Amino acid sequence: MKAPVLEIKNFHVDYGLGSEAVQAVRDVTLTLHRGEVLGLAGESGSGKSTLAYGVTRLLPPPGVISGGSVIYHPPNGDAYDVMALTDAELRKFRWAETSIVFQGAMNSLNPVHKISTQMIDVIKAHEPQLSPSARVARAQEMLKLVGISADRMDAYPHQLSGGMRQRVMIGMALVLEPQVVIMDEPTTALDVVMQRQILAQLVELRERLGFSILFITHDLSLLVEFSDRIAIMYGGRIVEQARSVDLYKDSLHPYSEGLLKSFPALRGERRELAGIPGSPPDLRGMPSGCSFHPRCPQAFDRCSTEIPVLGIPAARNYSNRSVACWLPGRVPISVER
Amino acid sequence: MKFLLQRLAFYVFTAWAALTINFFIPRLIPGDPVTSLINKFQGQMSTEAINSLYVLFGLDKNASLWSQYVDYWGQVFHGDLGLSFTFFPTPVADILKQSLPWTIALVGITTFASFMIGTSLGVVAGWRRGSIMDGLLPVTTFLSSIPYFWLGLLAITLLAGPDSFFPSSGGYEPGLVPGWTGSFIGSAIQHSLLPALTILISSVSGWILTMRNMMVTVASEDYITVAHAKGLSERRVMVSYAARNALLPNVSGFALSLGFIVGGTLLVEIVFSYPGIGYNLFQAVGAKDYPLMQGVFLVITLSVLVANLLADVAYLLLDPRTRKEG
Ligand SMILES: Nc1ncnc2c1ncn2[C@@H]1O[C@H](COP(=O)(O)OP(=O)(O)OP(=O)(O)O)[C@@H](O)[C@H]1O
Ligand SMILES: [Mg+2]
Repeated sequence: MKAPVLEIKNFHVDYGLGSEAVQAVRDVTLTLHRGEVLGLAGESGSGKSTLAYGVTRLLPPPGVISGGSVIYHPPNGDAYDVMALTDAELRKFRWAETSIVFQGAMNSLNPVHKISTQMIDVIKAHEPQLSPSARVARAQEMLKLVGISADRMDAYPHQLSGGMRQRVMIGMALVLEPQVVIMDEPTTALDVVMQRQILAQLVELRERLGFSILFITHDLSLLVEFSDRIAIMYGGRIVEQARSVDLYKDSLHPYSEGLLKSFPALRGERRELAGIPGSPPDLRGMPSGCSFHPRCPQAFDRCSTEIPVLGIPAARNYSNRSVACWLPGRVPISVER
Repeated sequence: MKFLLQRLAFYVFTAWAALTINFFIPRLIPGDPVTSLINKFQGQMSTEAINSLYVLFGLDKNASLWSQYVDYWGQVFHGDLGLSFTFFPTPVADILKQSLPWTIALVGITTFASFMIGTSLGVVAGWRRGSIMDGLLPVTTFLSSIPYFWLGLLAITLLAGPDSFFPSSGGYEPGLVPGWTGSFIGSAIQHSLLPALTILISSVSGWILTMRNMMVTVASEDYITVAHAKGLSERRVMVSYAARNALLPNVSGFALSLGFIVGGTLLVEIVFSYPGIGYNLFQAVGAKDYPLMQGVFLVITLSVLVANLLADVAYLLLDPRTRKEG
């Protein structure tokens, strides 16, 4: 097992305060290892973006982190809790250690500044000792890596195509060579061909630069192809976590199974397409017990009363995966922490 | 560039239309300005003098409208705007030359100051919502909702007076000779303080409000979150990401308000008897002084057009999206 780089522990995020608070992320424990691509999938509204914003402490109001810690392991030096950083420390941490490509990267670029300005100001903020020409060279090099030629440096965002803007954002996320890159549906707005092209490029870059990716999407088939491990989120919780191949071959949670069935796989044998009946849970009135039980074809009594704990399933001998389900054989032998 | 040329052509056309209307309006108004001038001089003028007056004022009954129109344009291009009735026989151009600097100095500087102050306060108010600045907003809004006329009179009643520091009227101490002397400039500044203050009070809240609201809108844009995520300093995010973008509508608003300096100065100058363009217009209307009125309107029209052009240029410079390639 590789060393962890980012450990999210018992993470909770609420929107609002007090009794009216919506619990968008609950008790999420997730570890990103050095050099891996960890996929995070789930239906719309399951709290994926909220988790990403929470981990980087960028939650827009009324979002509040109501518990948990995010332990970051720098390549050399002691691990620290991102939640405990002061404002100045947090500014240093951001982008240099963990960068993020937001959902809708289309609007992530400031329309009134040139691409080069926006690339360079982040270098300037974090590495002020670098000479201006070195900054430009760095920005240029990074853009070249993501397939934007140097003469587009001085373009304004509106002069680029959507795909180019997305590449620029990815290039910008990598410009300080961070350890962790969080990508929240970075390619959703693009056509499938472009999507795969960018992702393939990304995986290649990861091998070269050695960063880890937390890749968020609702497109599970994409993750199966590109990620090492996959975590499935439902109603603010992680319900299953496994290596991509394992999850694809043999998903343990009925929700993962449903998700897998609702997307056609690009490679591999053909599967029958089927959606998940029902609709995602309303965060204001979460069902008791397992939040998936009203939609679960295999639900039984226990599901509606007790919240299943995420843990290594008892029956099969998998050391590397965990699931939160009461179905026989999936009940954890030990709770993963 | 093509865009700018198009705009320029549009403004030239507008200027032509405005000047043409300016030519016709006095001729459509019932009542005869020369008659009123003659009345003023109570039969001290001969018939010949009266006839030459008609020709001089462009009200020559014998000339066709077309030849009058052509003459009018010739005069406009020479800066010859006729002779004023009220200050007979001073040329209108000379009167405007004298009063324009007063208006531009007073209203121009205060408009600029109001814009700068209001915009900066608006940036802070929008960025730190819920701070004391937000508490200040109702106060400034209240002040700006007072009709200007009233505010001016109130300021005169409360602050000006025979032995107050603030003079209640005029542009400078009556005894002084206008020039670049210390005592004259000091006196001019002293006379401008009260009108400037009232203009500032009544206009600053508009800038604060629009800027604040734009800041609030911009603050929720994705690129602001990205700027935060990039670990840029709070100041840098506020100034070069949020304020820079929020400024766009305000800048064109500012350029337009420059155009209204001349036109909007009427009330201020009436209330404070300030020797500017607005006061000229006030006098001209009272005396049916058509040439002077025409001259003032001409200045107002041109300044509005120039301001519009400035707004276009400013927007072009500030917002790359309006720039067309090539
Ligand atoms: N400002 C807010 N106030 C209240 N609730 C919110 C707010 N923002 C998000 N939520 C709720 O939090 C939940 C999680 O939202 P989030 O954006 O994290 O979903 P997501 O998994 O990223 O979905 P998608 O795939 O559509 O991006 C949603 O149910 C949403 O209604
Ligand atoms: Mg999302």
